[in-house]
Amino acid sequence: MALTIVSQLFPKDMIPAILPLVEEKLTHPKEIIRRKAVLALYKFYLTAPNQVQHIHNKFRKALCDKDPGVMTASLHIYLQMIKENPEGYKDLTGSFVTILKQVVAGKLPMDYNYHSVPAPWLQIQLLRILSLLGKNDESTSGIMYEVLDESLRRAEMNHNITYAILYECVKCVYTIHPKAELLEKAAKCIGNFVLSPKINLKYIGLKALTYVVQQDPQLALQHQMTIIECLDHSDLIIKRETLELLFRITNAQNVTVIVEKMLEFLRTCQDDYTTMDLVGKVAEVAEKYAPNDNKWFIDTMNTMFSLGGDLMQPDIPNNFLKLLSEGFDSGEGDRKLRRFAVDSYVSLLQGEPGNLPQRFLQVISWVLGEYSHLRTDLEPATILNLLAKLLDLKHANSETKSWALMAMTKVCESEAGMAVLQGICEMHCSSMDTVLRQRAQELQNLSLHAELRAKVLPQDISMEPLEVDSSLSFLDEFVSEALAAGAAPYKAHHQRQEELAQEKVLSLEPYSLSLPIGMSSCSFPDRQSPTLPSVSSGLSGDSTDFSHKASATTLKLDKVKRVWGREGYLAKKEPAEEPALIEAHSPVHSADQVGEFSISQSQTSPPTVAAKQEKQQLASSLFVGLGSQTSESLMGKSELTPQMFRRKDKGQVSSLEVGKQTPNSVIPPPNSVDNLLCSILLDSNTDPETSLPAPKQNGIALLEGGQPESDMKTLETSPTRDSGRMAAETEEPVRTKDICLASYLPADCIGATHSEITPLCSSQSVDLFACHVHKEDCLVLVVFISNSSATRVRLLAQLDSEEVEVSCICESPVEEVRSHYVEVWQYSLTVKRPSVHLVVSGLVSFHMATGTPHTAKFSYKLPLISFIRPLTLSTEEYGTMWLAFSHDTKQNLTLITGVQDPLRATLNVLERKLHLHVVEIIGMEGIVACQLLQDQPCLMHCRVHAGTLAVWLRSTVPDLPDCLLYHCQRALQEH
Amino acid sequence: MIRFLLLFSKQGRLRLQKWFTPLTDREKKKVIRDMMATVLARPARSCNFLQWRDLKVVYKRYASLYFCAGLEDQDNELLSLEVLHRYVELLDKYFGNVCELDIIFNFEKAYFILDEFLMGGEVLETSRAAVGVSLEEADALQETMEEYMSRPAY
Repeated sequence: MALTIVSQLFPKDMIPAILPLVEEKLTHPKEIIRRKAVLALYKFYLTAPNQVQHIHNKFRKALCDKDPGVMTASLHIYLQMIKENPEGYKDLTGSFVTILKQVVAGKLPMDYNYHSVPAPWLQIQLLRILSLLGKNDESTSGIMYEVLDESLRRAEMNHNITYAILYECVKCVYTIHPKAELLEKAAKCIGNFVLSPKINLKYIGLKALTYVVQQDPQLALQHQMTIIECLDHSDLIIKRETLELLFRITNAQNVTVIVEKMLEFLRTCQDDYTTMDLVGKVAEVAEKYAPNDNKWFIDTMNTMFSLGGDLMQPDIPNNFLKLLSEGFDSGEGDRKLRRFAVDSYVSLLQGEPGNLPQRFLQVISWVLGEYSHLRTDLEPATILNLLAKLLDLKHANSETKSWALMAMTKVCESEAGMAVLQGICEMHCSSMDTVLRQRAQELQNLSLHAELRAKVLPQDISMEPLEVDSSLSFLDEFVSEALAAGAAPYKAHHQRQEELAQEKVLSLEPYSLSLPIGMSSCSFPDRQSPTLPSVSSGLSGDSTDFSHKASATTLKLDKVKRVWGREGYLAKKEPAEEPALIEAHSPVHSADQVGEFSISQSQTSPPTVAAKQEKQQLASSLFVGLGSQTSESLMGKSELTPQMFRRKDKGQVSSLEVGKQTPNSVIPPPNSVDNLLCSILLDSNTDPETSLPAPKQNGIALLEGGQPESDMKTLETSPTRDSGRMAAETEEPVRTKDICLASYLPADCIGATHSEITPLCSSQSVDLFACHVHKEDCLVLVVFISNSSATRVRLLAQLDSEEVEVSCICESPVEEVRSHYVEVWQYSLTVKRPSVHLVVSGLVSFHMATGTPHTAKFSYKLPLISFIRPLTLSTEEYGTMWLAFSHDTKQNLTLITGVQDPLRATLNVLERKLHLHVVEIIGMEGIVACQLLQDQPCLMHCRVHAGTLAVWLRSTVPDLPDCLLYHCQRALQEH
Repeated sequence: MIRFLLLFSKQGRLRLQKWFTPLTDREKKKVIRDMMATVLARPARSCNFLQWRDLKVVYKRYASLYFCAGLEDQDNELLSLEVLHRYVELLDKYFGNVCELDIIFNFEKAYFILDEFLMGGEVLETSRAAVGVSLEEADALQETMEEYMSRPAY
C-alpha cells in the first residue's frame, strides 16, 4: 500500500530518502510487494534517472524473478531504458525472445490467461521492446524472426486482445530489419484489419497502414477502395485517420484531390486542435507539391487561411509569404503567381472582408503592399482605399492594422490617395497603441515628403550602391530584370536565406530602422525616437518573419547588389565569371542546393525556430525522395550524377564568395554528424561564410533537392558500414599497439596519469585511439591517429558533446598524416553539464590520396571522476562555502566495516579513488571537499549514523551532487 | 502509459477519477468537461477511439457507465480497451455482478481495486486471481484493524 503511494506522490528531491527502503523491498518474499517495488522504482526512474543508476543490476534480477508478475513489471523499466539507449541492451535480446517464446507457447500459469490468450500485456510489452531493439539492426532482428512468426500464427482467434497483439506484431515487423516472408504476413493482417466490419478494427487498420506506407506505399494501393470508403465514413474519427493516411501518401499527382478532401473535412470540423493540425498539413502538402497551377495554389491557400482562421501556427502564413517573395524557378512564373495573388486579394477585399480572420488579413495586406504595382491597370489609390477599409474594420486588432498601415506606406506613391492618407494618419497618430502610432507617423512623414520616400522606399532600379534599402519589392523587380538579362538568379536567394537562418539575433524591424536614419539625416522634429527601440522590438516579435526577412536583406544588401551588378549589369566588364555561371545554371543549381542543405543540417546554428522548421521540412522532403517512386517526374534530369556536381559547384561558390564577403564572426561550431558532409565541411572550414546557408523553403526547390541527396545517402552508407565491420576485425592486433602508442604521448602529458588507450574507430588503414590525461588544472583528451598505409591521408575530425565542452589545443583539425606515422591531437575538455558518464562523440573523415573519402563515427566515454580534483581549504572556508551553495543531496552510504576507524577508512578510500580532499574529521563527522575542473566546488559532509555513513553533498552546480554520489557508491562497492 | 482514467454516468456525473500524471485542478476540470462532452456526444456504434489534443482517448460503455482512459501516443488502443474490460471484470468479480450503485457506495473499494490493477499508469497485475488475493488480504487487514479500534481501550 505504501509503495503505491510512493509511486504516485514522491517528488524528485525526496527519492534519495526513500530509495533504500524501496530497494530493500525488492527482495521481499511476497511477490506483490516485489512487484510494487519494481514499479515504484520505475516511477523513480522516470522522474530522476540519475538517482537509480546504481541498481540496474537489481532490475536484471527482477527480470529473472520466478513470479511472472514481477517480470512483467520490470519490463516497463526496460522498455523505457531501451527507448533511451537501444545499443546498451542488445545482449538481452535473446532473453526477451525466450520469454516471449515461452509466453506464446502458454507456459505461464492459467490465471494469466485473458480470454484464453496467454498474458497479452506481457506479450505486447515484449514485442515493443523487441521492435526497439531490432530497429536498423540486422543481426538482432534475425534472432526474433522465428518468434514473431510464431506469434503472428498463434494470434488468430477472433477477439480484441488477439488483434491488439497482431497490431503490435505488425508494427514490430515493419520496424525491425525487413524480412520478406514476415512482411507478407503482416501485410495480410493489415488487410484483414482494414476490411473488417468492426469499426475499431478498421481504425486500427488505418493506423497500421499509416505506419506502414512509409516503407511500402504499394500496400496503400491494394486497399484503395477501402480507403475511399473510409473517407465517406460517418464517424469523424475514421475520416480523420484516413486523411492522416492520405497525407502520408501525397505526391505531386494526387495533391489536388487530397488537399480538396482535407479542406472539405476542415469545413465540417469543430475541434480547435484538429483544425490546427490539419491546416498545418494542408499548407505543408500544398507548398511541397504545388503543381504548376497558380490559381489552384492561391485558391487553396485562401480557403485554408479563411478556414483555419487565427488558430493556425504563425509559421504557416510566414512560409507562404516567403514562398511568394522568393518565388519558384522562373521569374516569369513568379510574377504571374504574384499577380494572381494580388488579383484574388483585391477581389476578396472588394467583396466582404469583414469575416476574414486576422491572419489572413495580414497576409493580404502584405501581398498588396509588396506586389500591387505588378497590376499596372490598378490605381494605387484603389488599393489604398481597400486597405483603408481594412483599418476601419471593427474586429481588426492592432496587429492587423499595423500590417495594413505598413502596406499603405509601401503603396503610397501617387498624389491621388493623399487625401485618404491624411485622414488615416490623423486618426491613427493619436491612437493609444504605440505601434500603430509609429506606423502612422511613418506613413505621414513619408507621404508628405516625396523625396524622402523615394530614398527610403525606392521603386526604380537605379540607385547608389551604398544606400540602405529596405524594400523587397524593389529587389523583386531587380530580380526579374536580372533574369531577363539572362543571369543566374539563385545565388542571391541563398545568400539572403543564409543570413536569415543565422541572424535571428539581429531582429531589427526594417522600417523603424530606416526611418530614424532618414529622419535624423533630414533633421526632422523627431519626437518619437526615444521610444523607437522598444517599439521596434515589440513589433518584430509580432511580425517576426517579415521583419527578419527584410532585415536580412538590409544587411546583405550591398553584397547582393554587387554580385548582381556583376552578373546582370556589369556583365560585359567581367566576362570571365559570367560564362561559368551560365554553364552552371540549371543542373548544378539543384546540386548546389543539396550541398547547402547538408551543411546547414550539420551544424548547430543558434537554435531558432526557423532553423528547426527548416530541418523539419528537410526531413519531410527527404522522405519524399525515398518513399514514393511515383511522384518525382519533375526531377528526372538532376539526379543522374549528383556527386560530381557537388564538388565542382561548391568550389565555384566559394571562389565567388571569397573576398567578397565581410568576415563573419558568428560561426556556429559545426557539429552533429552526417556521413556525407565531410567533404563539404572541408570546404566550409576554409571559407566560413559559405557554411552558413539555409535551405530554401520553396516547395519545388525542395523537391529537386530531396532526391539527389537521398541518392547520395544510399551511396555513402555502404562504405561506412564496411568500415565498421573492419573495425571489429582489427581490434585484436590493436591491443598490442597500446604500449607503443603511449610513447607518442605529448611531452607535457607524460608526467601525468593517463587512462588506458582505447581504440575509437578505424577505417581501412587508418586507426584512431584515444585516452585522457589527468593534469593538475585540466583534462586532456589525446587522440592518436595511426596511418599504416603507404600513402598520405588527409583527415578532418569534429568532436563535440552535449555535456562536455571540447576545445582543440593543437593546430587546426584538418591535417595530413604521413604514411606509417602516428599523429597526435589534443583537446582540452571542460564539463558543461555534469552527468555520471560524459560522452564525447565525433566524426572523422579520411581522404586517401586515391579513392573516395570515408567517414567514421566514434564516441568516447569519460567518467565524471576524471574531472574531479581535490579542493584544499580550511574548515572556516568550508563553513562559509557550505552556506552559500544551494543544490544539495542526501543519502546513506555503506561504511567500510572491520577496521578500527570506519569513518576514516571510508573517507580515505574515497580520497584515493575519487581525488577528494578530506578537510577535517571530528569525532563521528567528517568534511570533504572537491572541485569539478574549472572551479565548480562540491562539498560533502559525512556523519556516521547507525552503522551507515550519512552523506550530505552541496554544490553550486545542479547535477553534480547526484553524480558524485553515484561515483561514491560505486567506489565503496568496489572496495 | 495511461494518463488518466475516468468513470462517468450517462447523465454526465463523474463516478471515479484517477490521474497518473500531476495536473492542476483547473486542468483536471477541463479534461473532465471535454471528455464528457465529446464522449457523450458520440453516436452509438461508432469507434471507441478518439483523438483529443495530443492524447488518444479510449472509451467504452458498460450499461449506464462510461469508462474512459487517456493514453499517450505510442500506446496500443485495443489493448487499453481490454484494460478497461479487465477492470470491469475485476469489479464484477469483487462485487458480484457490479452495478453503478456499487461504485457509488463502495468507491474506496473501486479505487483500491484500481490501485491493485494499475500502478503509475501501467498495468501492474494482469492475473485476475492475484488481484483477488491481494484484495482479500487488504479486506482482512481492514477488518482486524476495525476490530482493534472498536475494542474498548482498557
